[in-house]
Amino acid sequence: MVNRVNNQGSHDNRVALSRARGLGSARTGVGHWRWQRVTAVALVPLVVWSLASLIAVAGGGRDAVVEWLSSPGAAIPMILLLIALFWHMALGLTVVAEDYLHHIGVKIATVAVIQFGCLALGVAGVAAMVLAMAAA
Amino acid sequence: MNNSARPRSPHVQVYRPQLTSVLSFGHRLSGLFLSLGAVLLVGWLLAAVSATPAFDYLNAWLGSFLGLALLFVWTLALFFHLCNGIRHLFWDAVVGFELKTVYLSGWIVVFTSAGLTLLTWGVALW
Repeated sequence: MVNRVNNQGSHDNRVALSRARGLGSARTGVGHWRWQRVTAVALVPLVVWSLASLIAVAGGGRDAVVEWLSSPGAAIPMILLLIALFWHMALGLTVVAEDYLHHIGVKIATVAVIQFGCLALGVAGVAAMVLAMAAA
Repeated sequence: MNNSARPRSPHVQVYRPQLTSVLSFGHRLSGLFLSLGAVLLVGWLLAAVSATPAFDYLNAWLGSFLGLALLFVWTLALFFHLCNGIRHLFWDAVVGFELKTVYLSGWIVVFTSAGLTLLTWGVALW
């Protein structure tokens, strides 16, 4: 499939026939699907790195953990992990809520809580990393 | 939306589970459980940078039997979601859709995630 850019400046993955017929989304129809995969691929090395690192440092006490978090070699991948993780989590939980919640009001409210909650958790995690770097 | 009385598929009460459907459901279930772990990760980071005894309390709780049991299940959920997620990425590339391959990759996911979990805990406790 050829990746094209439409006149809105965003990518258009539809095949030529569906575009000619005017079928499908005008703009971001595959956006959810695409970002779920992009964050998944990013998370593969980040998750393996974080698990190995946490096992190595978690038992060392608070000072050792903060010192480790404040080093660039840990801070940068940890912040990338937090961004990719909560993005991936927001997309995944949204699909689960959309599939299993059938009352439209409950569904909209739950999706709003999921998406704002993931944003808040990601911001809180990054803020903790900034505080760790400031403390060192 | 006046179709709530219509049967939904799969009809879970009369549905015979297969490896494929169990792993599919397991992917969602492990994702939900890992979301709780993500909340814990942020709590752990915040506790580490806050000038309170919260970090020591949290680490002590994680070292208790319940904490270690939860961490073990989180590790298993993580490796399962990771391995099965990679299996999904192959499918997205239209690789491995033959029924025999789907079952083979499914069993590889089961044994790889179990093996990596045991290996991780072996290394961590050693």
